[in-house]
Amino acid sequence: MPVSLVQRCNLVLALYVALAIGAACGLPFLRLAPNRLLSGEPVYLSDVLQQQGSPLMFALMLAIFALLCFAVCQPRRRITQALLILAMAASLAGVWRLAGHFAGSAIQAGNPFTRITLGAGFWTLGAMAWLMALDAIDRLQLTSLRRLILQSALLLPLWLSLNEGQHLSIAQEYANQRDVFGPAILRHLQIVLLAVVPALLIGLLLAWRMTRTRDLQQAFFPVLNVIQTIPSIALFGLLMAPLAWIAIQLPAVGRAGISGVGVAPAVIALFMYALLPIVRSALAGLEQVPAEAVNAARAMGMSAGQMLWQVELPLALPVLLIGLRTALVQTTGLAAVSALVGAGGLGQIMFDGLFSAANELVILGVIPIVLLAMMADTFFKVLSSLIKTRA
Amino acid sequence: MMIRFQHTRKHYDGAAAITDLNLDIQQGELVVLLGPSGSGKSTVLKMVNRMVSHDAGHIFFKGKDINSFNVQDLRRRMGYAIQSVGLFPHRTVTHNIATVPKLLGWNAQRVQARVNELLTLLAMDPEQYASRYPHQLSGGQQQRVGVARALAADPDVLLMDEPFGALDPVTRAALQIALKNIHRATGKTILFVTHDIDEALLLATRIVLLNHGHIAQAGTPLELLQQPANDFVADFLGRADLGLKQLSLRSIASHIKAIEGTEPKHTIAHTTTFREAISHMATLHVSTLSVVNESGTVLGQVQAADLLEN
Repeated sequence: MPVSLVQRCNLVLALYVALAIGAACGLPFLRLAPNRLLSGEPVYLSDVLQQQGSPLMFALMLAIFALLCFAVCQPRRRITQALLILAMAASLAGVWRLAGHFAGSAIQAGNPFTRITLGAGFWTLGAMAWLMALDAIDRLQLTSLRRLILQSALLLPLWLSLNEGQHLSIAQEYANQRDVFGPAILRHLQIVLLAVVPALLIGLLLAWRMTRTRDLQQAFFPVLNVIQTIPSIALFGLLMAPLAWIAIQLPAVGRAGISGVGVAPAVIALFMYALLPIVRSALAGLEQVPAEAVNAARAMGMSAGQMLWQVELPLALPVLLIGLRTALVQTTGLAAVSALVGAGGLGQIMFDGLFSAANELVILGVIPIVLLAMMADTFFKVLSSLIKTRA
Repeated sequence: MMIRFQHTRKHYDGAAAITDLNLDIQQGELVVLLGPSGSGKSTVLKMVNRMVSHDAGHIFFKGKDINSFNVQDLRRRMGYAIQSVGLFPHRTVTHNIATVPKLLGWNAQRVQARVNELLTLLAMDPEQYASRYPHQLSGGQQQRVGVARALAADPDVLLMDEPFGALDPVTRAALQIALKNIHRATGKTILFVTHDIDEALLLATRIVLLNHGHIAQAGTPLELLQQPANDFVADFLGRADLGLKQLSLRSIASHIKAIEGTEPKHTIAHTTTFREAISHMATLHVSTLSVVNESGTVLGQVQAADLLEN
């Protein structure tokens, strides 16, 4: 019966497998160009395997395919999911090594300026392996901390094989820009923290006042909502003129590093974006604190500050953390755009790649941003679950 | 003098809630503020620790006007327990009870000793309950913790606003007895709000019956039952069974007579009230009962006529 088939089988995994097969056959795995500026000829997975394939590799591929088919039909067994996670972690490293070895032999055979860039087929296969592994991890139904560890361990084989891809274009781009990355990540974090930490403090204070005075709530939320609708580039631009004016009028402020371009407009704009999710969640959190608890705290002689720190804030924390997580992830992403007003950070690498038509440089800028955002996201998820288990 | 109200008034939106209240509460009294809803009994209680401010007149605490205290210091010297308990859901039983001692800066050892002492006093095993969270307790246990928290810093006065109002009758009776024992053992001055007449009669050393923001009558439970000041008092206390309520306030201990003739077949404990004794007689169809003490020794007998004519 079709219903029982749907219930029993892992159709999501079946879709991933179909997409992966389609990508392997129909999309170019790599592109081979004589130099950095040309876009190059497509190289399909079959070409790569013809050159690099060995009986062992084909046997492994067959085994993984068999495992996938089994996992689609029998998704209940935990051992199947565990094996699938292992296989996908290996596959992630495998496609990278395969591409890397092909690039190595191509460069040895041809001229040293030959560029081997990663094609759509590579990215799709990698993404499918990653998604299949995440699906398998979800099906194990672990606690959030264990899930996090497993998700990180997934990338370990790839991490250990990074050197194998040194002849790929993306690795060469990284090698050329190596010195830029460390400072860019630090600058990115600096921008994010300079925006989110004040937004947290001021947002909390605002929300706390709002629970006492309704008028404040009615006055502030429309403003915060409107700010949220302004495109980030427009907001950066809008801030440049007044900040430049301030820097001219007050030279002391200018010497302190505040000017129309650079970190200042970026931090101010990101601060304004972060304020809405934080204020909204803090207010929701504070409003669901039981009135009797607050009343009892007051009657026992707590001061307003003691009530906030000892009763209201701890009870509002689970809801507040959700908003803080949103704000942090959102700010990490938006901070990339702030490179346009000269704030630097990982966005700078991304835009350098964009303006010089070097797609792989764009990817090199994007990957750390995505990783940072994911780390922030999982950190808060784990924190929330720890708080929930305690209470 | 622990608390004195002197021409105290309170208005809410122009309507008078308390009109010219004059009341003295002595050290060690258990004063029950009784009255129908809207009579202002809760307002009177909340004015004492300034949860509600009075508009006119004075309230004195230990001879000093309460407005001359720092409001937080004043509240920390008064225990406070309410019907909804208001325990902090994110804190364990220990931390809930320790709230005021910690605000007063007690050291950890003293706090822990006090928490154990109070849990034991309220018949909760510290080892079993100290590290539980409020949601892991039954309603009655939560209220016990609420009372323990109110008592924690050994306050001069205990303010209780219908603390047992939400509990089932059995739990409620157990807590009433616990409170009575605590009052007897500690001699705390307690101000207790309820609309439940039986609770008031059971607990109070003095009842202050309020109606429309003024005192209808104040006196011991027996005084109110025997000499109701006006129709409102008599009606509120339940005109039809005023007599039965009186009977439930007196113990048979002082009315035991020597046994004449044969010993009555049925026995009763010497701590029983008139009401229980007469109820027993009615169900057993007898007019005399022998009275025994805890160890079962016969002390004498009681007769229905003696109890009713007294």
